[in-house]
Amino acid sequence: MAFEVVIGLEVHAQLKTKSKAFCACSNRFGAEPNTNVCPVCLGLPGALPVLNEQVVQMAIKAGLALNSQIQHRSVFARKNYFYPDLPKGYQISQFDLPIVLGGHLDITVDDESRRIGITRIHIEEDAGKLVHQGADAIAGSDYSIVDLNRASVPLIEIVSEPDIRSAKEARIYMETLKLILEFLDVCDGNLDEGSLRADANISLRPVGTTAFGTRTEVKNLNSFRSIERAILSEIERQTEVLNSGGRIIQQTRHYDDATQTTRPLRSKEQSHDYRYFPEPDLPPLVVTDAQIQAIRDVLPELPGAKIDRYQSESGLSEFEAVVLTADQDINAYFEHCLSLSLSVSARDFAKWVVGDLMSLVKEHKQDFSQTKVTPSYLGALLGLVNAGKLSGKMAKEVLATVFKTGEDPKSVIKKSGATQVSDPSALRTIIDQVLEKNPDVLGKIRSGKTNSADFVIGQVMRETRGQANPDVVRSLLTEIVESAA
Amino acid sequence: MSKTYVQSAIQIASQLKNRQLTVKAVVSQVLDRIRIGEPRIKAYLDIFNDEALAAADQVDRLYDKGDPLPPLAGIPIAIKDNICMKGKKTTCASKILENFVSPYDATVIKKLAAHHLIPVGKTNMDEFAMGSSTENSAFFPTRNPWDESCVPGGSSGGSAAAVAAGEAILSIGSDTGGSIRQPASFCGLVGMKPTYGRVSRFGLVAFASSLDQIGPITRTVEDSAHLLNAICGYDSLDATSSDQAIPDFAASLNNPIQGRKVGVPRHLFDLIENAAIKESLVNALDVLKSDGVTWEFVDINAFDYAVATYYIVAPAEASANLSRFDGVRYGHRAQGVENLAQMYKQTRGQGFGPEVKRRIILGTYALSSGYYEAYYLKAQKARTLVKEEFNHLFAKYDAIVTPTTPTLPFKFGEHANNPLAMYLSDISTIPINLAGLPAISVPCGFSEGLPMGLQLIGKPYDESTLLNIAHQYQSQTNHHLTFPSQLEALYGV
Repeated sequence: MAFEVVIGLEVHAQLKTKSKAFCACSNRFGAEPNTNVCPVCLGLPGALPVLNEQVVQMAIKAGLALNSQIQHRSVFARKNYFYPDLPKGYQISQFDLPIVLGGHLDITVDDESRRIGITRIHIEEDAGKLVHQGADAIAGSDYSIVDLNRASVPLIEIVSEPDIRSAKEARIYMETLKLILEFLDVCDGNLDEGSLRADANISLRPVGTTAFGTRTEVKNLNSFRSIERAILSEIERQTEVLNSGGRIIQQTRHYDDATQTTRPLRSKEQSHDYRYFPEPDLPPLVVTDAQIQAIRDVLPELPGAKIDRYQSESGLSEFEAVVLTADQDINAYFEHCLSLSLSVSARDFAKWVVGDLMSLVKEHKQDFSQTKVTPSYLGALLGLVNAGKLSGKMAKEVLATVFKTGEDPKSVIKKSGATQVSDPSALRTIIDQVLEKNPDVLGKIRSGKTNSADFVIGQVMRETRGQANPDVVRSLLTEIVESAA
Repeated sequence: MSKTYVQSAIQIASQLKNRQLTVKAVVSQVLDRIRIGEPRIKAYLDIFNDEALAAADQVDRLYDKGDPLPPLAGIPIAIKDNICMKGKKTTCASKILENFVSPYDATVIKKLAAHHLIPVGKTNMDEFAMGSSTENSAFFPTRNPWDESCVPGGSSGGSAAAVAAGEAILSIGSDTGGSIRQPASFCGLVGMKPTYGRVSRFGLVAFASSLDQIGPITRTVEDSAHLLNAICGYDSLDATSSDQAIPDFAASLNNPIQGRKVGVPRHLFDLIENAAIKESLVNALDVLKSDGVTWEFVDINAFDYAVATYYIVAPAEASANLSRFDGVRYGHRAQGVENLAQMYKQTRGQGFGPEVKRRIILGTYALSSGYYEAYYLKAQKARTLVKEEFNHLFAKYDAIVTPTTPTLPFKFGEHANNPLAMYLSDISTIPINLAGLPAISVPCGFSEGLPMGLQLIGKPYDESTLLNIAHQYQSQTNHHLTFPSQLEALYGV
């Protein structure tokens, strides 16, 4: 039987706030274990949570970017369960009254636009981190140590509608979402460090039917590759079960990237009763229209809008526009270039950023935030090209040098003497020398052999170590060919 | 030296100011009382002998300099052991926190220090403030200074007994369902639960977060007003603390109360079987009447269903609040366990006493899937009704007046096998926490040598009116001036 795949994603995004969700501790990844902690995030007796205002602003930002309705009143709730990485024995989250409801995210799959519904976005706190000694899990380990630096780091959980229809769509949804959160400056989108994590609810139903099949929830999807692979593997597993006449059991499954398979974690019957109830330590969160408007007013331009603008206003190709918005570093670099208000056009910048500079950046495994070729250097270089003072070829060489050394392109050019020669009288002398050495070449050109003209230009370039302006050489040569005829 | 410990804090402070007395003398006398009294009374879990004397010297130097000092500077104060003090054990009278030393100060502790009050020790209580007799302390029960065969009330029994026995001049308690007012009543003292949000809960180990409130236990209403002045106020570390304007609670104590109107809940009055308690209430109303206060019976339903509501809401919150005591980061951890589940079960099984376990189980049940709507949600609705009913009453009355407790201080073990009877002993006080209102208990007489208390309930943030009426009542009565004199014979003082 042919099945339709039905997927909903729950994405947890760590917010880039300065401090944690409910205390003043630094929200910084990579500190010494248990140094970004205080009585509140350690869950010491008597400590109380106080909501970080920045968390609310970022959640609203995300909601506005996803076309959602920001709720004027939302309520924090305690989600109760015991685990050594959860200091209070409950997680402060939102349950029946989240801060954001509804919305959608448009994604492009195989050149077609697909609209994925957003169910809700809620605020919650992260748990700490366990490091198990002697095994991969707490069961079977000799002992486990707890790092609570991450405890109470703010998260938003973005829950999609079951609108996703393939593993590829799921990956693209996740990539698009990541990009938006990065552009909003609310999440650093670092999947490796766990700033963005996804769980997928997956079910199958016979093509043409509308009722949902029994779903499984697959956890531990912490790279774009694993999202796609995990879903593919789970689709395959469910298809086999259904085709062999079996039933899908509602359960939570863990994805193992090493084996690229999912294995059951717990069934519905074993699922936790989280005993949610309103968090009495935090009053209901009230957001006014004025607050929402203030955030809307400063909402940055999102990738989709930028792609349109780059094409319609700046004349970039769709390819260039997409590449230049593909991540925040390259986009910030490009926007910086545009802000320089030089005589260099957006198209010229785009050509070089997407072309030669990107090759260098990729070759050296850097990103655009690190490159020594500052936007001003690139602008200066392209300005010289536009003014005819530097050939494209020379510009590439200078770019490579600046990329390595971080030197000002002008001083690189000065050192190498690499300015372009456009002076007609100087070039005429060299052309004459080449023609003298190759007495039969003029005749060949006149008989229509264009590659003979190219040969002369090439020889001139060689004599000048590439510094001759080829356009000037070509027009001088044409003059000579025509005058002598 | 005279017996300073029978005086009010304000009386003592005026002698400190004019240097008739030194802080050191006052503190020393209190520490002496502790030394003599503690083997019998057992009000304290920890005593800060040397630190208190050192602090006394410092405050004496400030007095000597003649700088203006806050009204209660240099007064010895006892702190309930569920309030965190940096570098001190905070046990909540529980085995699970037996060796827990707090690395930080509660906001209230910081405020007391800023007002130069001198903490002399941490007081015994019912484990995690769950109880009405201090018998639920994991360490030992505290005795009532008026009759050592009786309980001092609870859960702030140690704080009340310490002041009553002259082992502190003032004390701090916490009140979730009557835990300040009931022991104050049982020990012949003034106890006030401020409006929810008036005093920061930061550093108060939570029992039921939406009900807990810190407040003073003192001999006189005037002392309570000054102590409330010292500890109240908005705190950025407690999201439930209020930024309502704070009056000087001591400034309005002597306002005339002529024309004030109070209501007395008829059904509650009828329910009380103890004739002496009823009589003391009527007598108190007569005193108020002589000051021009009018009173009438009023029908209030809240007292009929508040206890049932409370025993859903409070355990539900407690079940989550006490989850952090898991043996992972601090406190007791069971040894010899083989896996995580065992560690949790044995740590908590060994660490918590029976009443705490009972309430955790009750609360967990009330929040469980399938029961939430029938219990927790319904209790929340009932709680809203309690609030609304009181709000309506305050359109008509300046205060509601009840006996603080339906019975006299009871004997040890009297309710040991009947938790429900113990729960019902808080029938007058519980609705006030559900509604978040301020209330004060003042001594209103004695029966069988045991003190009785009168409770005044006020509108939100109107502690001033309660303190005003209560102070006027005290200026016409001398119940609060009575000292448990049999103690002196026992101590040979």
